[in-house]
Amino acid sequence: MTMDIVFDIGLVALLISIAVWSIVARDAFSAIVIFMVYGLLLSLAWVRLAAVDIALTEAAIGAGVTGMLLLNALARLRMTGSDAAPAALPLRIAAGVLCMLVSAALSALVLFPSGEPTTLAPAVMARLGESGLENPVAGVLFVFRSLDTLLEKVVLLLALLAVWSLAPDGLWGGIPGLRVFAEKKSVLVFLAQTLPPIGIMVAIYMCWVGASEPGGAFQGGAVLAAMWILVMVAGLRKVPSIDSQSVRLAMAVGPVVFLAIGIAGIFVANSFLAYPSDYAKPLIVVIEATLTLSIGVTLGLLAAGPPEKVQQP
Amino acid sequence: MNVVMLFGICAAVLVGLGLFGLIVRPHPLRKILALNVLSSGVFLLFGVIARRGTAAGLGGDPVPQAMVITGIVVAFSSTAMAVALVLRLFKESGAVTLDVAEAEPAKRDGG
Repeated sequence: MTMDIVFDIGLVALLISIAVWSIVARDAFSAIVIFMVYGLLLSLAWVRLAAVDIALTEAAIGAGVTGMLLLNALARLRMTGSDAAPAALPLRIAAGVLCMLVSAALSALVLFPSGEPTTLAPAVMARLGESGLENPVAGVLFVFRSLDTLLEKVVLLLALLAVWSLAPDGLWGGIPGLRVFAEKKSVLVFLAQTLPPIGIMVAIYMCWVGASEPGGAFQGGAVLAAMWILVMVAGLRKVPSIDSQSVRLAMAVGPVVFLAIGIAGIFVANSFLAYPSDYAKPLIVVIEATLTLSIGVTLGLLAAGPPEKVQQP
Repeated sequence: MNVVMLFGICAAVLVGLGLFGLIVRPHPLRKILALNVLSSGVFLLFGVIARRGTAAGLGGDPVPQAMVITGIVVAFSSTAMAVALVLRLFKESGAVTLDVAEAEPAKRDGG
């Protein structure tokens, strides 16, 4: 137990110093790279908090895809030199005091919580068995709070639509301006050739075990997205134009299947998004499998950004 | 000092740090990055609350944990949209600044 607390103190100290570094770093490029390291350390913190599902999501999305998105944006802004100077000293001091007060107030809430801890864990475990799932987090995501999960998929699609809409009108249907570094015989190309088969296996595995072990559609989808981005950045596969039918189909299939099963629940199980008791697990696995594909494609396109050039006929 | 308290304080500090970066960093990409640090702090706070609710043989309350997974994906969506806004701003104005009086940047502190 004492070793654990020493490890935790070290991890927290490291997390905070790396977060400070990513905020104060002089140029934007180092700040983003440090932020990616921060995301990986944060996923360790999630493991220590007994939330392995979140650790996987954080490592794949928080550290990987977000960092990739920011680095790509930085390349497109052609900003390499040092960043503009931070705000003037009085403002910095005022902001520092304000933020310390916020931190102190939050710490006080954590250190001196009022009342008994409330928990829904017993309620979740009491009914989880009926769904055939064993992973309680997957149970919450796909059974108890499935409306949240469905709407979140819609949020992803809406965000992508918003990103695409930010391109000038003439570029609608064009190709996202992901920077491609296609150099033959480079390490990047080698990685992009060897990693995706393993990555795709990992994604399928994560999606499959999500019902009983940590993992699931989000984590699998994020790994899938990372593999796709890697292949596109290395120039092995072209970035698809945003009006490509197959891409749009892949994006829509997950939410559509989810919604269709949810609506079927009104007639079969008397409630929207309810599952007939004997078929709950197979239906959830179908939803998760299609969602994994949709999340992967949507995350990949979100990271690729708005269209930048018109497709050559 | 236990795990809950330790990571609770860590989360509180991260929220403050993210907020600080959001205010003092003039570059929009740095603001987006600071916002991500802030949101990771908020998520960690959720994780701490989940850990406090250890019961029924689970390491933590699965409801806040599931909400954090949803939250991470939504935070990524908003980051992607914010980045797209910055890219469009750059395309329109050729500069990446949120400063209104762009013609006379010396008079303002930015941010």
